[in-house]
Amino acid sequence: MTEQRVTTDVVIIGAGPVGLFAIFELGLLGLKCHLVDILDKPGGQCAELYPEKPIYDIPALPVVTGGELVERLMEQVAPFEPQFHLGQMAEKLEKLESGNWLLTTDLGMEIEAPVIVVAAGGGSFVPKKPPIPGIEDYEGSSVHYAVRKMETFRGKHLLIAGGGDSALDWTLNLHPVAASVTLVHRRPDFRAAPDSVEKMRALAEAGKIKFQVAQIAGLEGEGGALTGVKLKSSEVGEWVEPCDTLLPFYGLTMKLGPIADFGLNLNENLIAVDTEKFETSVPQIFAVGDINTYPGKLKLILSGFHEAALMAQQAFHYVHPDKKLRFQYTTSSSELQQRLKVA
Amino acid sequence: MKVKVTDREGGNHELPFQEGDTLMQVLTEEDLGVRAECGGCCACATCHVYVGAQWLEKLPAQSEEELSMLDEAFDVAPTSRLSCQVLMTAALDGMEVTIAPDWD
Repeated sequence: MTEQRVTTDVVIIGAGPVGLFAIFELGLLGLKCHLVDILDKPGGQCAELYPEKPIYDIPALPVVTGGELVERLMEQVAPFEPQFHLGQMAEKLEKLESGNWLLTTDLGMEIEAPVIVVAAGGGSFVPKKPPIPGIEDYEGSSVHYAVRKMETFRGKHLLIAGGGDSALDWTLNLHPVAASVTLVHRRPDFRAAPDSVEKMRALAEAGKIKFQVAQIAGLEGEGGALTGVKLKSSEVGEWVEPCDTLLPFYGLTMKLGPIADFGLNLNENLIAVDTEKFETSVPQIFAVGDINTYPGKLKLILSGFHEAALMAQQAFHYVHPDKKLRFQYTTSSSELQQRLKVA
Repeated sequence: MKVKVTDREGGNHELPFQEGDTLMQVLTEEDLGVRAECGGCCACATCHVYVGAQWLEKLPAQSEEELSMLDEAFDVAPTSRLSCQVLMTAALDGMEVTIAPDWD
């Protein structure tokens, strides 16, 4: 548990491109930001789903990959010294007597601020759960979607499913700890790093692990204790592979998660906002980027950038109710240039 | 031109398409539960469908990228495709498509 408490001007939930640009727009107005993101790196979908894919509709960048866009945004917001709380989910939001909000993460981090900005895109990235009937009975006891402590799996008979880096890395790392490891993947080829695949094949040839070309068809066991996983392949048909633990690694999917319980007006899992300030139904809470909805909404990164700029104006008034906000250009304002650390 | 779609509850739908649409675009015009989380850039496997076997050879070939991405799909069959990678043509008028199981 992290368990720490800080106070700042603005908490941004989601460190995707729009959350990052919000740091910039808020920073120009002198506001400091803390960000919370469930991924272990900034960038959101750009970093997790398509770091290598080209994007063609960012103004003035004829082509940029998801990864490069995140790099450039990180460079652009660096002068404002944003604080990132990564690998954590924004779990609870409560209003304090002072009028500020208190956001708590699943790791126990508490961040207090007058303004909350939800820039959560399609929601939190969470592991995909295979659609196997009854799998929920085994979750937490015999079925795990992540490895937090390797010791949990000491002496266990593991069945690891998937063909990406997570499946391969955990096969390699857990085999010395576990009693046995069976890797199951739907085809002989892998998208994981070739080096890991070679190491896995060497272990399989030496008989230290088992590799099966198959897909999961069902679970065997009772009372949350797994005794085997039913596999199927077009060559062999169906059979049961004995094991007491299943680790499925099928990548990530997006879920709205605890944000649904923040008390905001939702419209089909999107947060309704106005188009002047991009504020939600609850004062001092804003929503920008793919997570919001309003008449005419387009889910484009550039729309999120625009929303962030307008949001920042109103956010300033909540943080500094007594101050007047003067509109300024970065080209000519020495104040803005000082904040940008270029003057 | 139309595709004949079976949803996850077994319901049948006839969805219109134009040449040049991707199958994913056709499916997400209706609320049939196709998530298509990455927006159609072959990066997430949440637009997984099964096509009628007799239509397979009329479809564009599967790229290595699509095959790799299908590793993140569940219950992959020889008729599995990521619908964002299927470009619709007149030859596909009447094609049968079944939406693959969703993730929890």
